Amino acid sequence: MRMAELYAFGEAVEIGSLTFTAEDIIRFARNFDPQPFHLDAELARHALFGGLCASGWHSSAGWMKCFVPFWTGECRRLAAEGIAPPKLGPSPGFTNLRWLKPVFAGDTITYSVTLTASRELASRPGRLINTILCAGRNQNGEPVIRFESTVLEFV
Amino acid sequence: MTDAQLTFEDFTPGRRFDFAERTLTADEIIAFAREFDPQPMHLDEEAGRTSILGGLAASGWHTSAVMMRMLYEAYIRGSTSEGSPGVDAMEWKRPVLAGDTLGGHCEVLDARVSRSRPEIGIVRMRATVTNQRGETVALCEYINMMRLAEKGADHAHG
Repeated sequence: MRMAELYAFGEAVEIGSLTFTAEDIIRFARNFDPQPFHLDAELARHALFGGLCASGWHSSAGWMKCFVPFWTGECRRLAAEGIAPPKLGPSPGFTNLRWLKPVFAGDTITYSVTLTASRELASRPGRLINTILCAGRNQNGEPVIRFESTVLEFV
Repeated sequence: MTDAQLTFEDFTPGRRFDFAERTLTADEIIAFAREFDPQPMHLDEEAGRTSILGGLAASGWHTSAVMMRMLYEAYIRGSTSEGSPGVDAMEWKRPVLAGDTLGGHCEVLDARVSRSRPEIGIVRMRATVTNQRGETVALCEYINMMRLAEKGADHAHG
C-alpha cells in the first residue's frame, strides 16, 4: 500500500505527545545548545523568550521521537490486516522550519504529520517522493513548530 | 577569541566563522538515536551496513544538533544571540558515519534590523558541515536574532 492510499492529502494525523521537563531541556542544551535561555530559568527571564525554553533542535527532534513509534505501530497495524505497509526511505532534509513559539519547561507538545503531495521520480522508476507537513501544538492548542519535509518511498 | 562580545553590527555579509573539528563516536550516535530516532541504521552497526546509508549512521537530527553545538562554539557563545525563529532549509547531503570527523564553517548571508523590535537584528546565515574527506554532509540556511550594541543595554524590562 502506498502512503497516498493510506492517508488523505491535507489531513493532519496526530503522531504523539511529548512533555518537555526542565531536566530534559537542560540536558539537551548542555550537549548541543548551551545558550543561557536553554540552561537557566533566572537568566532566561531576561532574554527575549522570557523563560527557560527548549532548544529548537530539541523540539524538532521531538517530532522524530514521536514519529518512529507511531510509524512502527502503523506498520504493525497494517500487517495484522494483511496489508503490506509503505516502504519508506531516508529523508534528504527539510525546509521552512519555523519555531513559532518557545517550548517552555513543563509544556506538552502534540505532534502531527500531514501528507501534502506524492509524485513518482521520473528518473528512478519505482520511487516516489512524498511531501509532508510536520507540526506541533502546545497544551493550549498554540502552534509551536512546523516544517516541511520529503520522504522517499519504494514501490 | 577576543573578549569583545559580538553584536548585530559585527554580522556583515560574507563574514565567516570556522568550526572546530569534532569526531562523532558510535556511542554518541546510538545514545542520540535511542532517545530521538530509534531506527536500526542509527542503532546497530550491522543494520547500518546493510542499509542505504552504508554504516552506523547518525540521525539527521543528531547531525543538526551537533551543527548547533559547532555554531555555538564558533560564534554564538561570544555574542548577543537571542535565539532563532527558524531554518529556511536543511539538507542532509551525505550520511554521517561513526568515526567521522566533522568540521566546516558558517557565513553571514544578509542582516537587517527587526521592524517590530528595533533592538534586535535578523541575521541570515549559511552553515556548511563537512567530513574528514572535505565532503559536505549538511547545508543549513537559518536565521539568528542578535541584539544590537546600541539599544541592547537598556532592554532589561523590555
